[in-house]
Amino acid sequence: MEDKWRVVVGLGSCGAASGGRGVYDALKEGIDQRELSAILEETGCIGMCYNEVLVDVIDPKGRRTLYKEVTPEKIDRILDEHVIEGKPITEWISLSEGVVTEDDAFLKDQKRIVLRNCGLISPESIEEYQAKDGYQALERVLKDMSPDQVISEILDSGLRGRGGAGFPTGLKWRFAAQSDTKPKYFICNADEGDPGAFMDRSVLEGDPHSVLEGMLIGAYTIGAEAGYIYVRAEYPLAVARLKIAIRAAKEHGFLGQDILGSNFSFDLKIKEGAGAFVCGEETALIASIEGKRGMPRIRPPFPAVSGLWGKPTNINNVETLANIPWIILNGAKAFASLGTEKSKGSKVFALAGKIKRGGLVEVPMGLSLREVIFDIGGGIKEDREFKAVQMGGPSGGCIPAHLLDTPIDYDAITATGAIMGSGGMVVMDETTCMVDIARFFLNFTQAESCGKCTFCRIGTKRMLEVLERICEGKGRMEDIGLLEELSESIKTTSLCGLGQTAPNPVLTTLRYFRDEYEAHIIDKRCPAKSCRPLLTFTVIEELCTGCGLCAKVCPVDAAKGKKKEPYTIDQALCTKCGQCLAKCKFEAIRVE
Amino acid sequence: MLHKEQNLETVLSEYKKEQGSLIPVLQRAQAIDGYLSKPVMSRVAGELGLYESDVYGVATFYTQFRFAPLGENIVKVCHGTACHVSGAEEISDSLCNHLKVEEGETTADGKFTTERVVCLGCCSLAPVVMVNEETYGRLTSDKVKKVLDKY
Repeated sequence: MEDKWRVVVGLGSCGAASGGRGVYDALKEGIDQRELSAILEETGCIGMCYNEVLVDVIDPKGRRTLYKEVTPEKIDRILDEHVIEGKPITEWISLSEGVVTEDDAFLKDQKRIVLRNCGLISPESIEEYQAKDGYQALERVLKDMSPDQVISEILDSGLRGRGGAGFPTGLKWRFAAQSDTKPKYFICNADEGDPGAFMDRSVLEGDPHSVLEGMLIGAYTIGAEAGYIYVRAEYPLAVARLKIAIRAAKEHGFLGQDILGSNFSFDLKIKEGAGAFVCGEETALIASIEGKRGMPRIRPPFPAVSGLWGKPTNINNVETLANIPWIILNGAKAFASLGTEKSKGSKVFALAGKIKRGGLVEVPMGLSLREVIFDIGGGIKEDREFKAVQMGGPSGGCIPAHLLDTPIDYDAITATGAIMGSGGMVVMDETTCMVDIARFFLNFTQAESCGKCTFCRIGTKRMLEVLERICEGKGRMEDIGLLEELSESIKTTSLCGLGQTAPNPVLTTLRYFRDEYEAHIIDKRCPAKSCRPLLTFTVIEELCTGCGLCAKVCPVDAAKGKKKEPYTIDQALCTKCGQCLAKCKFEAIRVE
Repeated sequence: MLHKEQNLETVLSEYKKEQGSLIPVLQRAQAIDGYLSKPVMSRVAGELGLYESDVYGVATFYTQFRFAPLGENIVKVCHGTACHVSGAEEISDSLCNHLKVEEGETTADGKFTTERVVCLGCCSLAPVVMVNEETYGRLTSDKVKKVLDKY
């Protein structure tokens, strides 16, 4: 294999959505036509979603050249000039040793533990995972470590649950290990439900074996013989790759009976979720696996005592588990040397929204939000002004510009009113309306509330109604107080995390962007020019050339006029859809 | 997609003895017809030894399950956070105008069913639309129409 060229196409969901399959097919045809001996492979997400489609060309000496924004039209030059003549095409390079590119900044401050293999190995090849020390941690644990030793190691590492709540993983394992009822279950929570988050999807698509290995180590530690991976049905590629990985692990003796001759046996099944955000909550997830409506129940008893089918159960998130093999192989100290006093290791974030370099990044804890957004993410698209970053999805909040130096640390983020969450980071600029964002999240939590607790079920509905009327310019001054009162009641009277955190997006925007609420309510104005009912579209006569494009696209015939003369917009008919604004080539539409 | 050729009988016999199998059975059953009809839900209840009301209760709890036939192609418009701030509403408007339906409806010729979904997890390509199993990113009001013309 060493003496051949390798051409690797990134085919995670992002790569595929950007046309990766077409690039792969074109490369296959090109390689066949030229009768090259080059090996064509696919890999998972490398994290640079903004550069998709990415193609990695690896020469026989193992030197990598990563090409960005590859299209089927570009492959002839890549094959002819690079693979045949040995001359890389400098202007298309994203990353390569000895070549300085803008993308170097994207990786410079990252610390890839969870994503150590993503984008580097074929997720469908257990051999490639093994070549990267895969399953060696499991072997070490089964041969040389007692469950107590594993628990101490994980406790010493300081690893906290990456699903959002940040509970120490070692403690969770200890509770489950202490229960002496049998059988016990070990569950991987891959029900990544936060809108704006795709970390778990990328890990499952890019390196599924790292999650399986983490689960196996955990199952051995707590004494579980069976387990489930509860994964969103919206992630078909992740499910497909997990199935392949499970089959391969069974064939290689890492899964099944008497694993590696240790007497430890573990049976693993995939359960596909059916679309319910609340199932990210442990007890709701358990109810869903049991085939019931996914509604949370009162704790205690905690799942560690009485979980799936009333038996002791441990649940960890995908990212948490992918950390485990690394900690075992590199030691708790190496992990704990990264990060802050109470937040150790690294954290994966999905960078999205109005950011230049959107994608998947993994940074050591303790880095500031500013470093993540501006140094790694390259700042705001079109160099607009940064307004806020939303962290923690529907349970989190919007962090404003003056807090950009907040470090990535569970407690520091919580102090801002947001939460670390599972890792969604949606960046917002001056064109994003903060009242609209609060409305967006309340719309989400209101729809996803399971309905068990009255305040969550009805309170979120009332909050949504208030936010909707503010966005429509019908808000009243007492609405702000009403929102605060409802928030407090919902937080204190809801059973699970969904209700307890549902008001956070409203509370943080009220705390940092109260002036925007007031502009909507008092002046009937949306400062971000985003809430349509509060906008008026008019034609700027001096700039209008009378081309008539606005009239052509207007769905309600509100734009009228004669060719070559300034057009007008009939305010009585205008539905404020914004299509004239998008279409006008002369910037002749004014929005106020 | 799940195996279309599998009929309800095979699905039921495969899962009958498995504990907590209602959701996978409903998922498989839906894959056969594209939705869950009343007779199918009754059949599932009978075979798994559950009340019909329990089956209906579970099916209506989860957004994945549908109770009306689908069009030939399903178009999911992502309304996750990143898509929302990148103009998902405009994509939905353009798409519905183009197909002359309201969101959630099926076109008169039965070719497309539109659906609003929460997050497809391709946030850095926002705004995103998924047609059947194929994802399309970095869309504009115009581009989304061209995507549909392919089907």
